[in-house]
Amino acid sequence: MKAFRGFVIKEFYHILRDRRTLVILFGMPVIQLVLFGFAIRNEVNDIRVLLVDPAGDYVTQAIKSEVLASPYFEGVGHQTHETGVERAFQTGRAKEAIIFEPNFAHRLAHDGVARVQVLTDASDPNTANTILAYTTSILQDYQRRLASGPAGGVRIVPEVRMRYNPALKSVFLFVPGLIALILMLVCALMTSITITREKETGTMEVLLVSPLKPAQIIVGKVIPYLVISLAIVSVVLTLARTVFQVPIRGSLALLMLECLLFIACALSLGILISTRSRTQQTAMMVSLAGLLLPTVILSGFIFPVTSMPAPLQMVSHIVPAKWFLIIVRGLMIKGVGFAEIWQETAVLAGMTLFLLVVSVRNFNDRLA
Amino acid sequence: MRTILFLLQKEFLQIFRNRAMLPIIFVMPIIQLLVLSFAATFEVKNTTVSLIDEDGSTTSRRLVEHFEASGYFTVMHRTFSTAEADADMQRGDARMILHIPADFEHDLRQTGTAPVQIILDAQDGAAAGVVQSYAVRILTAYNRDLQVAFGTPPPDPIAQPVIDVVFSHWYNPDLNYQFYMVPGILVLLVTMIGTFLSSMNVVREKEIGTIEQLNVTPIRKRDFIIGKLAPLWLLSFVELAAGLVVAKVVFHVPMLGNLWLIFGLTGVYMVGMLGLGLWISTITETQQQAMFIAWFIMVVFILMSGLFTPIESMPWWAQKLTLLNPIAYFIEIMRRVLLKGAGFWDVQAQFWALVTFAVVLVTLAVRQYHKVSA
Repeated sequence: MKAFRGFVIKEFYHILRDRRTLVILFGMPVIQLVLFGFAIRNEVNDIRVLLVDPAGDYVTQAIKSEVLASPYFEGVGHQTHETGVERAFQTGRAKEAIIFEPNFAHRLAHDGVARVQVLTDASDPNTANTILAYTTSILQDYQRRLASGPAGGVRIVPEVRMRYNPALKSVFLFVPGLIALILMLVCALMTSITITREKETGTMEVLLVSPLKPAQIIVGKVIPYLVISLAIVSVVLTLARTVFQVPIRGSLALLMLECLLFIACALSLGILISTRSRTQQTAMMVSLAGLLLPTVILSGFIFPVTSMPAPLQMVSHIVPAKWFLIIVRGLMIKGVGFAEIWQETAVLAGMTLFLLVVSVRNFNDRLA
Repeated sequence: MRTILFLLQKEFLQIFRNRAMLPIIFVMPIIQLLVLSFAATFEVKNTTVSLIDEDGSTTSRRLVEHFEASGYFTVMHRTFSTAEADADMQRGDARMILHIPADFEHDLRQTGTAPVQIILDAQDGAAAGVVQSYAVRILTAYNRDLQVAFGTPPPDPIAQPVIDVVFSHWYNPDLNYQFYMVPGILVLLVTMIGTFLSSMNVVREKEIGTIEQLNVTPIRKRDFIIGKLAPLWLLSFVELAAGLVVAKVVFHVPMLGNLWLIFGLTGVYMVGMLGLGLWISTITETQQQAMFIAWFIMVVFILMSGLFTPIESMPWWAQKLTLLNPIAYFIEIMRRVLLKGAGFWDVQAQFWALVTFAVVLVTLAVRQYHKVSA
């Protein structure tokens, strides 16, 4: 037992001595949280719009000033003819062009209908769709105010309520994902690298002939990262809570326990990778390409899983982060109890057990 | 010159001899391109609905039919209790609750208006916004149908003028999201492989100790760096070519621009990114450190590149920061050249930015690298 303690202390020294990595280890979550909290938005604003108005009458003036007054739009040009629109799109100067027809006010007053053409740069289809929706709603508002009499006819009025996140802040969505990403990075990646490192530099032999049992070596390697991960999770949660007002509606103790479970899962993945790879480079590329990108893309961190094609939804089931995200979002944002998330927890626990068994097997094999 | 050739030979041998790395270098990027491009979509489909229809009239049933027929909504549970519907949402089974109150049809006939309540799971605010716009669109269309069903007279065109909005989506009329994502992900994969491999390369020699052997040879610093980076530089072209083939064959991404322009600009871009990798490996001691720093820089670059979320949506200070991000420039180039058919003159601002990055990063790396270890 004393030898084991000594080993764990040695591992801590290894990590603490490497200041640069340590700074990044704690600095990265903070910077990412700030980026996600302040900079990464998936709402659309500051749309660069080019206004083409051959009419130039009082109605088009009024509509134009409505568009420009809206916080979503930013006028980049105003012209009376259509030439140069394509050029503006190609150089990226404009994302949208609003083209009024000639004699706009006249046609509106006499024919009761006037035409506006909306061109969007749909190389980003998502943004294009949103831009169109914003533009149409401004035009419709204006049209409603033009109407002289009552609207007439029957109307169903939708009352929309945004539950859990009424201000629609994207940081609510990203914080749980960020926790998953960082835990994956610290636990799986760092563990796999430290173990392979001992192999590559040849010091693994030394450890193996020491009186420590293989299991003790692995546990000893893993404990410091476990401690660090928990510390990082606490930092992220505190920041999310104080700076970004992300709520923790469920039980904090349960949340920490679930984090612990996920950490265990990531650590066993790390161990598994390290038993299968001989060089740090391989270990790193596998964890990076095989774990981190799926954690970002297939877990529902940024993109909703339900919108993916069916085969990918199947694949997403084997990504541990997907289950973890459901749990953390439930606990933090929705305030659910254990009753609603026990299935996800069971899946995660099952995965951890499976990974642990496989990696211990592999490790023993290598000893023989 | 002969020294460089030998060095190149050594580096290539090292890359190809490592059987574990080969599939990672060549197969992984293609698989990821396939998977990511299908997965990375902000479209919202299959919104599950928990329905409370307290009215049960023809009008309310027809409304629900309209929702289901749109293809965006699936009613997963019909109930009369708000508590049950709330539980559906709490469990995550329903993303939306559609609540039609009692006397819905009656109110509509008597007063001309009637409310329906729509409750959305807004954890993902952007997705909730999209779902809301779908719902409102369906209601607007249904309102129009109701005028006919309820026999109200059509509005007078002069008193109720209509602004007719005609729209067209340029470059991607069907709003195919993959056309947008594939070029960006392609950039990502070329970049990641190049930068990570180069950042680990020199530091690996340091860690194993073989750097000493290289240092005592008469290889000049310039030759050494060229020998280290050229194989990775060539590798990135192979990756790019394979990726473009996949983009064309699998995703049918339009390639309007000149492909030689893409390759040329990739050459410039990769010099910069490999320079970055080399610089990282000169300032670090272990592979773990190197890859950690590389990863950190990459994550920030990728998140701020406009790949997933538009740069225009960022606050102004973040938009200014993206001016320092080579990946942002290159993604912009890829998208513009492939999707819009931009020529060299359309992307020259980006080109000069890439040249600047290449010069600065390579200079940094070369100055930092010393043949004599302290």
